[in-house]
Amino acid sequence: MNTPETLAPLANATSLPWAEVPQWSVAEFVTVVATALEGGGRLCAWFGVPAVSGVERSEPAAGQGALRLVAVVAFDAENTLAVGRSLPFSGKYPALTPRNHQAHLFEREVWEQFGVVPEGHPWLKPVRRTDGTAPANGEFFRVDGGEIHEVAVGPVHAGVIEPGHFRFQCAGEEVIHLEIALGYQHRGIERALAGGPHRATFAQMETIAGDTTIGHATAYATVLETLAGGEAPLRAQWLRALALELERLANHTGDLGALANDVAFLPTSSACGKIRGDFLNLTALLCGNRFGRGLVRPGGCRHDLDAERAKTLLARLETHLVDAEQAATWLWDAASVRARFENVGCVYPQQAAAIGLVGPAARASGLVRDVRYDHPAGWHRFAQAPVAVWSGGDVLARARVRWLEIQRSGQFLREQLASPPEGDIGEPLAPTAPDSLAVALVEGWRGEICHVALTDEAGRFRRYKVVDPSFHNWTGLALALRGQAISDFPINNKSFNLSYCGFDL
Amino acid sequence: MFVLDTITHRLKRGCETMVYPDGPAPALPDRHGGALRVDAAKCADGCTACVAVCPTEAITRAPGKPVALDLGRCIFCTECVAACPEHAIVQTRDHRMAVRRREDLVLGAPGQEELRLAAALDDKLRKLLGRSLRLRQVSAGGCNACEADINVLGTIGWDLSRFGIQYVASPRHADGVLITGPVTKGMELALKKTWDAVPGPKIAIAVGACAIAGGPFVGHAEHWQGADSVIPIDLFIPGCPPHPLTILDGLLRVLGRLEGKPAGEAPAGKVPRG
Repeated sequence: MNTPETLAPLANATSLPWAEVPQWSVAEFVTVVATALEGGGRLCAWFGVPAVSGVERSEPAAGQGALRLVAVVAFDAENTLAVGRSLPFSGKYPALTPRNHQAHLFEREVWEQFGVVPEGHPWLKPVRRTDGTAPANGEFFRVDGGEIHEVAVGPVHAGVIEPGHFRFQCAGEEVIHLEIALGYQHRGIERALAGGPHRATFAQMETIAGDTTIGHATAYATVLETLAGGEAPLRAQWLRALALELERLANHTGDLGALANDVAFLPTSSACGKIRGDFLNLTALLCGNRFGRGLVRPGGCRHDLDAERAKTLLARLETHLVDAEQAATWLWDAASVRARFENVGCVYPQQAAAIGLVGPAARASGLVRDVRYDHPAGWHRFAQAPVAVWSGGDVLARARVRWLEIQRSGQFLREQLASPPEGDIGEPLAPTAPDSLAVALVEGWRGEICHVALTDEAGRFRRYKVVDPSFHNWTGLALALRGQAISDFPINNKSFNLSYCGFDL
Repeated sequence: MFVLDTITHRLKRGCETMVYPDGPAPALPDRHGGALRVDAAKCADGCTACVAVCPTEAITRAPGKPVALDLGRCIFCTECVAACPEHAIVQTRDHRMAVRRREDLVLGAPGQEELRLAAALDDKLRKLLGRSLRLRQVSAGGCNACEADINVLGTIGWDLSRFGIQYVASPRHADGVLITGPVTKGMELALKKTWDAVPGPKIAIAVGACAIAGGPFVGHAEHWQGADSVIPIDLFIPGCPPHPLTILDGLLRVLGRLEGKPAGEAPAGKVPRG
């Protein structure tokens, strides 16, 4: 077999026969991926697939327990994705992380799941595995010195939030290093997907991260529709696009309120708490559930938006947008707020690019990346909103990007509600293609959601990989804290507002 | 000039907190459906149409027995409602779902077509906690949707603190815990430690399908299939996630704060705030 030169291109929401995914020896594969990333690529997913001889007719006999690595790389400027895989191997391989930091957590994850050792990885420790009655956190990075003290926070926090552990190394008030240890929410989602889809699979996809139900459900439904060789009816794609922006509106508004609360700016905090609920109720108007459960289904949507209901939705949307503008204006007008947000928790563009930040956190560091624009699929092939970017990389920038996105989501919804496509909202799915790899990216409110499915000879999931945007972005929060006062951790944390359960899976 | 703006805004808007429970409850979204009712007497012999479509195996039917729907496991996807040829499972549009005993969530047996709603705490506990309940929330493996709607109760539209109920930062300051999630193995130690740190007398409340039975993840080895495997639960509030109104009803019900209050709903078209 000739050695292929580059990864195989494919577009968002398309699939490729597994046999056509180019393969290299694992050392060459790492070099090919590193070269692709150096050439402007972004690592969307990196995962292991157990190689089973006999199952894969197209491949050389694999040893017992051998593993393949698969990489999905995005070239945002060229609007294409690319995939490649390694030949089966066991034991160890030369780590990608020293050449590109985007692989840091991915390589730890593969090591944790399959035991293959990325040689040269600088910080090889568990990601989310449970050991007894708590996650296997391993040793934390420690700074030594007479002035140094260590602060441990979590897993149970002061507010009503998800569990996670933060370990700070501080010199006085100043944070020298923050290490984030997660895994408390690990429910075994990826493990359960093998051999699926199962009866509970769709409900599990809706609850990977409950505040991103529409995002993950859309990614999953798109993967299945792609594997079935089709797509959902246009009207269903339109409904999903509407619901995705309603989800963004609710969460971004909630985040502005939470940020205001953490700097004791109560007018915006109280107003946004209520407006966030108002936006959730718009999703409930669509499907009955405030988080969008039961709206999306593989093959389409389960509820339609008739003209009368659309009129009600638009009228309420306009009211809530006016309220949101009022609340945001108070925030930007208050010098005391700006003083607390500015130059706090900076993530510089080079850092953001190096660690592969996605979503509002990336855009607040000046990176122009948005799946809706760079890799449009579904309804976003026909309708887009301008990408909201802010420079600065600080808490203020992350807040401003959210406000820009609230405005643009509002405008997007107005435009789309005015021109609904006709037709059905769902159709039965054809059988899923066997031995195929399908990729779906969705720009959720936190950023890029990536689902990758590999089917077996019967068309069932041989491997299913979920990458929540938080998987990319937790490292960003750790970087933002460097050199900051530890008392600024809450506003930094809120400015990212990452998902624990989406990371823990 | 946000100072003047906010003051005039407040004067213009007035009080934004809902009148419930002194007045009617706000209407659930029309597509919500509320609690379920099971008339097992209507089931055709041997029919298991609902059993086959339930994603969380909340519905069972032993041969020769009536169908049993466990609302604790239910994620309210309503696939069973759509699948039932006899309309034996229907939506009631009732937001009230909280129960005191796990077995009260199982519907279908004669006399148990609908939920047996939670009774208030006994007089002694009610005297202690009825007017002031401080809760430590523990998120133990859910999806953060229950947490989100628990948080919503603290916003101005719902204003939970008017009932003397507050979420507190430390278990030492708490009268009980409010648990979400199926209790992952990773959170087992943390939940036990938190529970042990709450001084007695204390209560434990499980919110959402995960905390009651494992929710969408029921059967996974990575968790404990619900909080009552780890600590004793005094109140179960079903839903995935429960509507804020359902959670509020549960809290007020167990404190005996709904006695003598109107039970009906607001006129159609009136939407809850926030």
